Amino acid sequence: MRLSFGTWVAVAVLATAYAAHLLTSFERPPVTVVQRGFRGTAMEVIYNPRVLEVQAYLHRAPEASEPADAEGDRAKDVYQNVQVLGDLSVAQFGRLMQSITEWVSPEVLDEAGNPVPAAGNFQRGCNYCHNPENYAEDSVYTKVVARRMLQMTKHINEHWQSHVGNGAAGEGAGVTCYTCHRGNPVPSQVWAQVPTQDQRRGRGFAQDAASQNLASPVVGLSSLPYDIFTPYFENAADIRVAGNDPLQVNNRHSIKQTEWTLGLMAHFADSLNVNCTFCHNTRAFFDWQQSSPQRVNAWHGIRMIRDVNANYIDPLKPVFPANRLGPNGDPLKVNCATCHQGAHKPLYGANMLRDHPELNLVSATPAPSVEARQ
Amino acid sequence: MALLDLEYQNIFTRVQVRGPAYHGVSISHEPTDRQGKMRFSHFFGQIGDAQVGPIYLGWTGLISLIFGFAAFEIIGLNMWASVGWDPVQFVRQLPWLALEPPSPAYGLKFPPLAQGGWWLVAGFFLTASILMWWVRVYTRARQLGMGTHTAWAFAAAIWLYLVLGFFRPILMGSWSEAVPFGIFPHLDWTNAFSIRYGNLFYNPFHALSIVFLYGSTLLFAMHGATILATGRFGSEREVEQTLDRGTAHERCTLFWRWTMGFGASMESIHRWLYWFAILCPITGGIGILLTGTVVDNWFLWAVKQGFAPGYPDVFPAVNDPAGVAATAAGVAASTGATR
Repeated sequence: MRLSFGTWVAVAVLATAYAAHLLTSFERPPVTVVQRGFRGTAMEVIYNPRVLEVQAYLHRAPEASEPADAEGDRAKDVYQNVQVLGDLSVAQFGRLMQSITEWVSPEVLDEAGNPVPAAGNFQRGCNYCHNPENYAEDSVYTKVVARRMLQMTKHINEHWQSHVGNGAAGEGAGVTCYTCHRGNPVPSQVWAQVPTQDQRRGRGFAQDAASQNLASPVVGLSSLPYDIFTPYFENAADIRVAGNDPLQVNNRHSIKQTEWTLGLMAHFADSLNVNCTFCHNTRAFFDWQQSSPQRVNAWHGIRMIRDVNANYIDPLKPVFPANRLGPNGDPLKVNCATCHQGAHKPLYGANMLRDHPELNLVSATPAPSVEARQ
Repeated sequence: MALLDLEYQNIFTRVQVRGPAYHGVSISHEPTDRQGKMRFSHFFGQIGDAQVGPIYLGWTGLISLIFGFAAFEIIGLNMWASVGWDPVQFVRQLPWLALEPPSPAYGLKFPPLAQGGWWLVAGFFLTASILMWWVRVYTRARQLGMGTHTAWAFAAAIWLYLVLGFFRPILMGSWSEAVPFGIFPHLDWTNAFSIRYGNLFYNPFHALSIVFLYGSTLLFAMHGATILATGRFGSEREVEQTLDRGTAHERCTLFWRWTMGFGASMESIHRWLYWFAILCPITGGIGILLTGTVVDNWFLWAVKQGFAPGYPDVFPAVNDPAGVAATAAGVAASTGATR
């Protein structure tokens, strides 16, 4: 075989480029394929079992502590300033405080077993929310937030069964503090508004980039618009773009608007670690009758997120210190990833709520005061 | 190695025959139609003709290059500005960066430069550059006494380009419908275009375009392979073989008659290739032009025409939670089609 030097150079360059391409853009086989729709329609969800193994620890629910006695004195009669947990028994109240500490602000111990102090003004353990001199007072802002978050949890479990329940199929998993927090004082997956200049990027008479065309992790490293949460999860912008009539050409939804919808869909897929085909038959994305029931669940989920952000997170804005706000001064809000964190069901559907009946006893009133802490 | 006969499996031209540099046939008395020094390049010789030059620039070539450079600069500088003039980010993010058309709010108006005006300016310069290059291809062919096939093949590609960025946006009444200048962004546009209009794969002109695209690659592979395979008998001298069939041509045609009973001739294979190649953008352009102007949802159109197959239900009945009922089944019912 007598190939010229030039040929060898070309072959070497092509082989190197091909190897680099393979290494960076594909998942090596074997992958796990889960069939979703009718055979031959390619409605499949594809998983990389090696990634699932590495991420398994993220989706493991913690062991539940011993159930608490529901009898005995009520918390409101024993403790002062118990606004939303007054109907719990003293034992239940203590157990829930213990659980919240483990879920939201657990103590971190060093090798010698001594507590590691948290950064800045924050404390870990009970003192993350409580003044150790007087547990009853509301001087630490996180206590005010926690109260509202307890009401939010109750509200979701009561009014958003369409998303956190399991429909007619049986008992749903519901949500607890752990669904989002996973041992973090601030859930690891949250969002805030993107400041106008970060959307625009170009200055002067240079092009306004309009929040797109940058490798953004928010939209799966695509060039789709990356300020997708403000229109869809804080406001209620129209997600639907395709028309329901083949020849009705007065459907004015634009291609640009479709790119925003696609960006939102990339967030869904990323948050749940699924493909488009988890919900859609890709030959007709718009058609509900060819979609899976999970699409209906997602539809309710979008509305649940809007409800949570508008009625539970945004009103707490005056309570949060500046370092807990986004660059636009808005609180850190909820999206799909806040709960799902890469699983099609948070914690793979583990029912923690069943082990923590205290969360169902939170009272919705009074709406706590959210006056700014001085 | 004899088994695989690798002697003939070369990527590059193996023998470069070189005479003195040659200005080409004499067709004109103008001293300006051939410019530049003639030289030879071994590397060019490996993929083509080793002789480089003379070149014809002319006023069309000059305008084309200046306008093309203007478009290139407007697109590139706007991309660079969008990463804060950071050279490292410009290189890293280049496949993601773009110059976008105006938002739908501007319709067909000329927006401020930052709001899509630059896209219109760049589009004007690029289009003018391409059209000037077309004129150049046409006039050069005429001057050489050739047919103008190359110019019309180029025009087929320009047709698709103009449909995407000019004709269709005008019919839709909005520049925002046009394609952005950018590597990944224009692919996102393609994806969004298909999803917005109910899946372009059900557009029959898109289907035809794919037939001609894949057909072109098949025909090119068949033709290239046949000629290379008979290279040892001199088949690359196609013209002589057309006029006076030699052993190479005899073997080419017999090979295909043996293989499938019928084959192209030395002349007709080039007509096949030409028409397949130019029909790809011509049919594609028709398909794009009909999208949104005549047909809003191609999948539902396919249901209406009775060629989108139905599948058995796998999931329990899924209905639109917002209660908007008219979907594929609704269209099928209202038109009497079955799916």
